[in-house]
Amino acid sequence: MIAFLIKRLMHAVLVMFVISVLAFAIQDNLGDPVQQMVGQSVPESEREAIRERLGLNDSFLVQYVRFAKNAVQGDFGDSYFYREPALEVIARHLPATLELVFAATLIIVIFSVPIGVYSAIKPRSPLSRLFMGASIIGISIPVFLTAILLIQIFSIGITITLFPESTSWGAWLNGLLSTEGNMPSFGRGYNLVHVVGHWDTNLATWNGLQHLVLPAVSLASIMLPLFIRLIRAEMMEVLQSEYVKYARAKGISMRRVYFVHALKNTMLPVITVGGVQIGTMVAYTILTETVFQWPGMGLMFLDAINRADIPLIVTYLMIVGVIFVVTNTIVDLIYGFVNPTVKLTGKPA
Amino acid sequence: MTTPTTTTAPSRWERLRDSYLWYSFKRDRTAQLCFAVFICLVIAAFSAPLLAPTNPYDLAQIDIMSSELPPFWVEGADERFGLGTDAQGRDLLSIILYGTRVSLLIGFGAVILQALLGVTFGLMAGYLGGRVDAFLMRLADIQLSFSTLMVAIVVGAVVKATMGSAFYSQYAVLMLVLIIGLAEWPQYARTVRASVLAEKNKEYVDAARVMGLRSKRIMFRHVLPNTMSPIFVISTVQIANAIISEAALSFLGLGMPETHPSLGSLIKAGFDYIQSGSWWITLIPGAVLIVLVLSINLLGDWLRDVMNPRLYKG
Repeated sequence: MIAFLIKRLMHAVLVMFVISVLAFAIQDNLGDPVQQMVGQSVPESEREAIRERLGLNDSFLVQYVRFAKNAVQGDFGDSYFYREPALEVIARHLPATLELVFAATLIIVIFSVPIGVYSAIKPRSPLSRLFMGASIIGISIPVFLTAILLIQIFSIGITITLFPESTSWGAWLNGLLSTEGNMPSFGRGYNLVHVVGHWDTNLATWNGLQHLVLPAVSLASIMLPLFIRLIRAEMMEVLQSEYVKYARAKGISMRRVYFVHALKNTMLPVITVGGVQIGTMVAYTILTETVFQWPGMGLMFLDAINRADIPLIVTYLMIVGVIFVVTNTIVDLIYGFVNPTVKLTGKPA
Repeated sequence: MTTPTTTTAPSRWERLRDSYLWYSFKRDRTAQLCFAVFICLVIAAFSAPLLAPTNPYDLAQIDIMSSELPPFWVEGADERFGLGTDAQGRDLLSIILYGTRVSLLIGFGAVILQALLGVTFGLMAGYLGGRVDAFLMRLADIQLSFSTLMVAIVVGAVVKATMGSAFYSQYAVLMLVLIIGLAEWPQYARTVRASVLAEKNKEYVDAARVMGLRSKRIMFRHVLPNTMSPIFVISTVQIANAIISEAALSFLGLGMPETHPSLGSLIKAGFDYIQSGSWWITLIPGAVLIVLVLSINLLGDWLRDVMNPRLYKG
């Protein structure tokens, strides 16, 4: 176990090292900091002096070591736009993104397990077919388009006049298909509750929750079908196995067989995939936050790109790198714990 | 294209007609429908210059007076523009046809690049084994752990920041093919490696080796043809993914410029006007994108069921 832990940690450190070299190379090649600092009228000799003083003439290696030393101490330089430490800017935007990811994960967990299990138990029932059909449609709609559709339906509202308005049934059908569109679709709302540090939460007030619903549903929409299909496939595989047949033959209630015996082994691969998908969700937050103007890290990153705010871009990359590496390591460890058949030391980390 | 009728040379026509693939295609209504929809979209997109009423790349078409006109079934429509116009007064139908062409072009291009890289690396990793295998697969693992979309967004952002927006939008098609191609090769590499590992200990490979053939020849001429069906299956999914990735990048402003829009940049451009009630500029290209991706995904599902009996369960 300890050998595996060390191996896994070394792997994580190596990946972080590669990310930091890449991030530094970006910083090194993008723009001229001296240009950013001084005006046009400063003569070349003075620029050279500033460059020398900042150590920009040192070799790549020396500069990288300096960058890495500062980065380990949490100093990533100042954002050009916000005029404050880049890490501070990220810390301010992080809670919004985490809340969004948390809400989306909650939606995924609540819906994917029952639907996945149901459609594995009754693969031929009309409801299962409906779920499977809906899931492939869900996979085929890009997350930003889901977001736009949700905005159109629930925030702007749609008026359907397909049926004759004069008849009572026509008016009723039209009213049934039309939506009012009063859900908020912009930002986090006004009455956030301050928790601690930079963390203002959306989860404590009705208005905050309302603002959270559409972005969270959009973010969940891309992963939910994936998990439904995965859980269904795994569950069907497990239901074929001998031990499930044996449990059934022993006369254990079907509910217990499905939800205790079979579900346990179904969740193993779901955990691995789930860990990887949490990372993927960070990527999708960029899209979701852009559509809903959700003031999280993703929107901040996109703004940083458009403003060529290099320290902020680099810091974001490093932080996201840390998030990915940490989640992957944790997932591997959990997998090792819940599945004792995996020989941790023998398994290439 | 990954469909049976087009990938097989005429000399193999007989063999195709007797195959299980053709048999199940004949019996599967969904597959037929999806294939028809997909082919229609491809043909319509690539003959856009012939079909489109106007040429949206022609700057003379931009006419603010006729901007944001709704499609024909909505009140206030102009009969010149069947599906209405976008914010710059360009005919939406024409620009969607051209946009679909751009999206498909990038999708196919990126998948070809992915396949070239992934198949080569996967063959090398699986057949040569040892250090080559360890290195390539570790690289693939790391890249996959970062989600392909994230890699694409980061690379796109960095390239755009380094080269400048003007340069980036001038070579946007090439850039997107490169970015999406480089971001997604591990999918192919893993699939190919897995089937190579299953193949490489079979007798025909031993026979070829005993005959003194070079590794390269054995890899590409003997082993590769036997790993084709999984490659086929993931290719469909990968094309759909590449089209979605392209749309996502364009939506973020890291893809096609609005002068040469893809479906993604059309959706992005239209999104700015959705609050003012002009839903068609964003939702009609969106619908085309969904239909395109959905038909490819359903075809991929069908293909996986047919070609991979291990997974076939109800």
